[in-house]
Amino acid sequence: MNALDLHQVDRIHGQGNAAVHALRGLTIHVAAGELVAVMGPSGSGKSTLLNLAGGLDRATAGSVKVDGVELGDLSPKELARLRRHKVGYVFQDLNLIPALTAAENVSLPLELDGVRRRPARAAAEAALAEVGLVDLADRLPADMSGGQQQRVAIARAVVGDRSLILADEPTGALDSETGEQVMRLLRDRCAAGVATLLVTHDAAHAAWADRIVFLRDGAAVDDTGARPVAESLLTGA
Amino acid sequence: MSIPHGLLALLRHGPMYGYQLRAEFEHATGSTWPLNIGQVYSTLTRLERDGLIEPQATDDEGRQRYALTAAGVSTLGEWFAKPVTHADRPRDELAIKLALASTTPGLDVQAIVQTQRVATMRRLQDLTRLKQEPGDVGGLAWSLVLDHLRFSAEAELRWLDHCEGALLKAASAERTRPPVLEDAAAPEPTEERAR
Ligand SMILES: Nc1ncnc2c1ncn2[C@@H]1O[C@H](COP(=O)(O)OP(=O)(O)OP(=O)(O)O)[C@@H](O)[C@H]1O
Ligand SMILES: [Mg+2]
Repeated sequence: MNALDLHQVDRIHGQGNAAVHALRGLTIHVAAGELVAVMGPSGSGKSTLLNLAGGLDRATAGSVKVDGVELGDLSPKELARLRRHKVGYVFQDLNLIPALTAAENVSLPLELDGVRRRPARAAAEAALAEVGLVDLADRLPADMSGGQQQRVAIARAVVGDRSLILADEPTGALDSETGEQVMRLLRDRCAAGVATLLVTHDAAHAAWADRIVFLRDGAAVDDTGARPVAESLLTGA
Repeated sequence: MSIPHGLLALLRHGPMYGYQLRAEFEHATGSTWPLNIGQVYSTLTRLERDGLIEPQATDDEGRQRYALTAAGVSTLGEWFAKPVTHADRPRDELAIKLALASTTPGLDVQAIVQTQRVATMRRLQDLTRLKQEPGDVGGLAWSLVLDHLRFSAEAELRWLDHCEGALLKAASAERTRPPVLEDAAAPEPTEERAR
């Protein structure tokens, strides 16, 4: 079973003249243990795709399944539970809670999910150590650099027992060394069976993926996993 | 790529015979530019003719070894000292292909760009996998060659994005060109002349 299945998904933002067709008939599957990167120009629908996969937004048409569960069939409460339990999310704008320390930000999803404070704190510290931030566990986001905040957001997404990690430009503010460290971390999670969908503009980071899907105007135009078919581009040839 | 200079550089370590040179060359460059043994021998013949290397006494197994001459050492030193100029590099087929494609009527240049993008991305994936492989396959020399190949692939992908942007811009300029231009080029009204 795939960790994530999108089948013929449409997402139209707004209505009437203002309607934006952000996704058109998009079909994407991510197997457990697979790392899939999504690339495409600004506005091609990458964040919309991640929002649908994470149950933060609903498809206008088509099917979105996480671990075989159709998200469209879930109540808001069930959806929130699935999000906390199964999905780790790195947002394009990070979304750290300013009043909480790094460790509190990372342990929050576990505590919301019923894990006791002490084991949650231990798991948070382990995740922070993996992104090289163990010394900053008690800092507030405002007192950290952009790259450090980004790594806290990554630690929050990979902490605990998630089956799906969705990461929107997680390496944007990182230098190449730290970016590579994050890619290695995501690869290790995949080796342990987690499925990851990664949005990035950086080809060097996308190249860590098993497959790269190219989005254009809300549709997948190519997939490096598909074998190439050479055909003539000249008519009459 | 300069095979003669590559062989001279390897001989700087001491005398070697043909198969040994080929093995050392491939070790240092991670088999990126595979050499066939015929190329090695013909290059050795030329280097000997030019006085840059000289044959040594054959080894126990009767293999012909070569050593650098003083002239060979100085040629090698000059090669290392000089920057690689643009003229030393082979013509870039991809740049030529896209340049010509952009002027060939009825061709979907964006499709060419996308096909190339997928191919180059696959190559970057392969190179990245090699980079992740544990252990020291070719040592520092190979790892530097590998980094060069990765950075070149990245640069090519950036250039393809740039080409696509330029093509889209050119296409939309084409569409929005004011019709006035065509009117100006149109022949005079025929009524005037008919009179
Ligand atoms: N809430 C919304 N209301 C209206 N339009 C939206 C909304 N969210 C996204 N869009 C539009 O949908 C399209 C896809 O947006 P999306 O954020 O998915 O792009 P993206 O590929 O993530 O771009 P970027 O690389 O800039 O982050 C864009 O045209 C965007 O303007
Ligand atoms: Mg986005």
